[in-house]
Amino acid sequence: MPDININDIAALAHLDLTAEEATGLQRDLEAILGYVARLSQIPTEGVTPMSQPLAPDAPLREDHTRVWFTPAQALANAPAARDGMFEVPKIIDRG
Amino acid sequence: MPIPTPSVELIRTQIAERQTTATAVAEQHFAAIAADDATALPLHAYLTLSRERALQQAARIDALADRGDPLPPLAGLPVGIKDVLSTAGIRTTCASRVLENYVPAYDATAVARLEAAGAVILGKLNCDEFAMGSTTENSAYGVTRNPRDRSRVPGGSSGGSGAAVGGGLCVAALGTDTGGSIRQPAAFCGVVGLLPTYGRVSRFGLAAFASSLDHVGPLAHSAKDCAYLLQAMAGHDPLDATSALAPVGNYVGGLGASIRGLKIGVPREVFGAGLDAEVEARTRESIAALRGAGCEIVDISLPNHDAAIAVYYVIATAEASSNLARYDGVRYGRRAPAASLANMYRQTRDQGFGAEVKRRILLGTYVLSAGYYDAYYRKAQQVRALVAGDYQRAFGGVDLIATPTTPTPAFKLGEKADPLELYMADAFTVPASLAGIPAISVPCGAAHGLPVGLQLIAPAFEEERLLRAAHHLELLRLA
Repeated sequence: MPDININDIAALAHLDLTAEEATGLQRDLEAILGYVARLSQIPTEGVTPMSQPLAPDAPLREDHTRVWFTPAQALANAPAARDGMFEVPKIIDRG
Repeated sequence: MPIPTPSVELIRTQIAERQTTATAVAEQHFAAIAADDATALPLHAYLTLSRERALQQAARIDALADRGDPLPPLAGLPVGIKDVLSTAGIRTTCASRVLENYVPAYDATAVARLEAAGAVILGKLNCDEFAMGSTTENSAYGVTRNPRDRSRVPGGSSGGSGAAVGGGLCVAALGTDTGGSIRQPAAFCGVVGLLPTYGRVSRFGLAAFASSLDHVGPLAHSAKDCAYLLQAMAGHDPLDATSALAPVGNYVGGLGASIRGLKIGVPREVFGAGLDAEVEARTRESIAALRGAGCEIVDISLPNHDAAIAVYYVIATAEASSNLARYDGVRYGRRAPAASLANMYRQTRDQGFGAEVKRRILLGTYVLSAGYYDAYYRKAQQVRALVAGDYQRAFGGVDLIATPTTPTPAFKLGEKADPLELYMADAFTVPASLAGIPAISVPCGAAHGLPVGLQLIAPAFEEERLLRAAHHLELLRLA
């Protein structure tokens, strides 16, 4: 059985789980990882990991700046904005 | 009034010959959507309608027709767009609470290209939240029903796309496919669904779920209509670094060529436990029809086929855990009020995401975490290479591969509650996704009174061959 501490993983993923959610998800993850364990039976020595199906055949585009959004468009969906910037709760408390 | 099954060519011809107008076609579809919404068990295929944009586009098409100007290939075609693709000025939710009021400032390239080819965008279609699921029951905005049996799921994650096409609420739709999310709902709803080659259709403007697996593709009533949509969307896009330069085929023009002499491989691994007997019978009948049309049927083996689901649920969740980190309440979407930044992130994500999305983020976070990366993520990437290698070897001897699209027809709403059991139902569609090669699901009759799909798979960038075989299979079924 895989060793899973669901609350540690939730903290890494920035998720706040209720105790009930944590119990159910712990059980689900154990079942899924139990199934995934079959991969360890497949010999893969010397096999290059495949990170994407096809290597891109197109060169990267020129690194030119272009106006894509106006500041107003970029901020249009912001939950909170002030002075042309995204506003978030205070990070550093100077007392 | 039910709308008869129209097509890309029929609508364009009728508009060109002034038998109807693009505006009238759009209005008929909006009326059909409203009428369906008023029924006791609505399909609930749409999350947002884009009436103003649709009627403006229809007016442009009608003005061309008024002047007798040539019409673009998709002129007046009413389409629905899966709600994971950005649409400028039209709410795009990804079927998630976290993006409940998100209105993009730009169009996905696939959407812009369809519109440039004359299509009329009716609205945004329901799906599983962030395309994670195979029933559309994971939408934060309610389930979509199967147009062929409203007690059943339409499949997923592009369930709204399958239901809207199958239910006559648009003529074609865009879906996205990461492990089967175009082909499986197409099979469940009795329509055609095409997964293009990785890189063939731009993903610019698609909300990323699993970047090495996400594809954009069409659902429609026929292979020919899918060919028209692919023709409009395919080709390099400088805004997508994974978009391919490979030349675009003649998808529509190539449909008529003969399929005589095509070698079609049938992998023995798919005819095992879990395959419904009637689905197997329909599959074998379709393969026999292809043989009757002059194709050579070849028994093949894909030795790593059964490992695909395990590989997929490691890689897809790992990529999802990274891609969905952006939904933190800072720049767009929902924000939970909290005194500290860390609490704001956590509470926003807890309130904004549904159960399946959390499950996948957690699984992905686990397989990428220190101490487990090699055992799960790296191992899965290696086995993925073996799965893809199986196809490469098989295509050394055959031109196409045929399988059932799904092991069973559509399940009942609420029938499958166990996540692992649901994941297993993707067994036939996931391997092509892992390999990044094109595949199509074509209706091939009924099992237990429900639609069944035959899946055809082709080597990378051989969509022309794939669509031609699918088109001929449709002709054989009509004959």
